[in-house]
Amino acid sequence: MTQPRDFGFSEEIQMLKRDVQRFLEERQPITGLRASLAGTEDPHRGNVRGGWFDREAWAAMQELGWHLLAVPESAGGVGMGLVAAAAVQEEIGRAACPTPLTSTLQATFVLREAGAETALAKIAAGTSMSLALYSQDGSLEAEDTEVVADGDRLTGTAWFVQDAQKSDGFIVAARAAGGVGLYYVDASAVTVAPDRIVDLTRDQGCIELKGAVAEVIAAPGSAGDVLARALPALLTLVAADIAGAAEWQLQTTAEYAKVREQFDRPIGFFQAVKHPIVNMMIAADETRSLMYNAAAAYDHDPADALRCARLAKSSASDTAEFCANRSTQLHGGIGFTWEADVQIWHKRQMHSQFLFGDGAWQRARLAEQF
Amino acid sequence: MSEATQLREQEEFREYCRRWLEENRPAPPSTTLPQAAYEVTYEDHRNYLVDWQAKCYEAGLIATDVAREYGGHGHRNFQAIASAEVRRANVPYFLNWIGLGMTAPTLLVHGTEEQKKRFLPPIFTAAEIWCQGFSEPGAGSDLVSLQTSAVKDGDNWIINGSKVWTSLGALASWMLLLARTDKNDKYNGITYFMAPMDQPGVTVRPIHKMTGECGFNEVFLENVIIPDHLRVDAVGAGWKVAMSTLTSERGAAAGVGAVASSESPMGAIHQLIELAKRTRRNGRAVWDDPVWRDRIMKIYERTEAAVQNGRRARISSLNGGAMRIPLQGKVVGSEIGQEMHQIALGVLGQRSSLYVHDKHAEEDGRWALGYMNTYTGTISGGSSEIQRNILGERVLGLPKTK
Ligand SMILES: Cc1cc2nc3c(=O)[nH]c(=O)nc-3n(C[C@H](O)[C@H](O)[C@H](O)COP(=O)(O)OP(=O)(O)OC[C@H]3O[C@@H](n4cnc5c(N)ncnc54)[C@H](O)[C@@H]3O)c2cc1C
Repeated sequence: MTQPRDFGFSEEIQMLKRDVQRFLEERQPITGLRASLAGTEDPHRGNVRGGWFDREAWAAMQELGWHLLAVPESAGGVGMGLVAAAAVQEEIGRAACPTPLTSTLQATFVLREAGAETALAKIAAGTSMSLALYSQDGSLEAEDTEVVADGDRLTGTAWFVQDAQKSDGFIVAARAAGGVGLYYVDASAVTVAPDRIVDLTRDQGCIELKGAVAEVIAAPGSAGDVLARALPALLTLVAADIAGAAEWQLQTTAEYAKVREQFDRPIGFFQAVKHPIVNMMIAADETRSLMYNAAAAYDHDPADALRCARLAKSSASDTAEFCANRSTQLHGGIGFTWEADVQIWHKRQMHSQFLFGDGAWQRARLAEQF
Repeated sequence: MSEATQLREQEEFREYCRRWLEENRPAPPSTTLPQAAYEVTYEDHRNYLVDWQAKCYEAGLIATDVAREYGGHGHRNFQAIASAEVRRANVPYFLNWIGLGMTAPTLLVHGTEEQKKRFLPPIFTAAEIWCQGFSEPGAGSDLVSLQTSAVKDGDNWIINGSKVWTSLGALASWMLLLARTDKNDKYNGITYFMAPMDQPGVTVRPIHKMTGECGFNEVFLENVIIPDHLRVDAVGAGWKVAMSTLTSERGAAAGVGAVASSESPMGAIHQLIELAKRTRRNGRAVWDDPVWRDRIMKIYERTEAAVQNGRRARISSLNGGAMRIPLQGKVVGSEIGQEMHQIALGVLGQRSSLYVHDKHAEEDGRWALGYMNTYTGTISGGSSEIQRNILGERVLGLPKTK
């Protein structure tokens, strides 16, 4: 093991994490989100939700340099690693914050693995980006892409693109004569068809390309390798989001159990309430420790990065499901309402659970190494 | 000492521990040892294990950070390294785990100078084995309701009552004894003693466990005389002292020596995978069945999480409070161990019915025996239910159950 003892958490990263937490506490992104959703509650009335995010907050984040913290210095960034990026993502998850930063951090690590300096410089200059890699059946294998490249023109559809309405540009996997490559496409060159999704804090959609102008990021034939190297970072970032959200669910549910009284006592007195809350803590802590380990492995011990990241996402997916489940159940009727904040985190966890594969998927892949 | 010097010295010490354990690994005894010190019963096992512990003490792996005047080796921040290496090395456990894990840490905080000088050295060498006399027939989880009485008689105390589930009671020369000195004050009416086992009025009766093994005992105390200088801390302070002993027992305090189990949890995972690979059912390896793979990988994930929790617990800005992770250690560790064994029995299927000494049993029945013995971890030292009460109340601030 060549990892540092403390997961590589420098003073600087600890300070960054505290800053992000404080910033999001002040901004209260959920308040703005709720205002944007008014009138769109009923799914049977079919309103498409708008991919809302706090643009002022995003501008402020960029002023603080969070969008470029993992961009290499050579491309105008801060040059920090996944430990720092995951620490930031954990806080975004804790706040269930809708922001293009989430997909931009993921895109950053794909671009780093591709050595795509020009595209990284775009991120540093303020362009938000998202990955457009999935096929309709949700395969993340570059080989399964439905997009075709003809010179510098892309045609086809990419599915399940995260933050599709928030992003300024996309990283698209497309098949050329020499195999599948990765391309950058500007949002103005594509049509975004938003999905109706459960999670209120994210947006998702299809990217439709009809001869869209593209720049090569990874040469035809190399997309699979680049994505394989970036996968540990992607898994870890989602695990970090889940870890932060799970901690919020734990604390919120524990607080409710102290103030809600039934049978003349706070409900947290009853062990059928108390013990599941403790189990939420156990699950959240396991995920968080595995997630830091995965981030440190990516930065310091790349040979072990994929194993660590799959362990982290395996744990995170199960934690997401369990903590979401208990947070709603232990709030009773109020927990089942649109009004209650637990529903917002619940749905974010439902979404995160399956991003880049759920727990069972990770474990099946882990088993292959034995 | 600069940080760099300290780090280098720690690395050198780790190297030393590793090499020493490698070179001094004892040959196995002529009959198989029980899986853990809890079940040691026979004289030959006792002698073998006492020799081993004494040797490890001489080598500096025990009492590593304890001051020299108490028989320790006087280092700083070395014990955790020694303990980790002992755990890694897959060597026999330390028989005097109650002495090392409970008596010594308790005396270091609450003992007088004379008590520390008199009692600590023979704990380290295993010259004196200790047992813990806390539980009684009517006082288990609700320990504070204990009834064994201590009545002052001049410079002595007269003890009457009975203890139960006393591990190592039959081998021990000393007992950590909780007795009631005031019937009218539940919490402040308990006093903490060190009771000699070899004296009139002490009767030890072994109890067989569900596994068929011995190890724990009933202990009857009838007009047993304990001189006052064997009292630990003040009269009536016993509950407070007991809580510090239990914190050590649950692994939430820094110890003076590894409570070594002879196998690391990660080692057990690898053995479980090997077991699934070589066990065949309906013409194919159980390992090729995705259902069993998933269960094995899940417990592998949780075992790695426990290791990583241990790393994170030391980082104050990331641990969510000093006690949050340590207080989870026993409940999580024991439940992971139990699940791991349940999976192994499932992998074995019908063959899991074969028990110790059956000539067809897988690894001499270790998985069935080990499975049953995992209840030691989930019941003793505060059951998993009680641990969850403690976690909910102390870490999350939920209202007290009682
Ligand atoms: C292998 C082994 C070795 C032991 N060695 C020692 C030893 O060396 N010295 C010693 O003093 N003791 C020892 N013990 C005793 C051990 O500490 C007790 O068994 C334990 O504290 C539980 O007490 P009990 O057996 O009376 O169970 P009970 O307290 O009767 O508990 C029965 C069940 O009820 C549950 N329960 C009880 N109260 C509550 C509550 N408030 N909330 C929720 N659930 C509750 C328990 O979790 C358990 O599931 C040992 C036990 C075992 C199994």
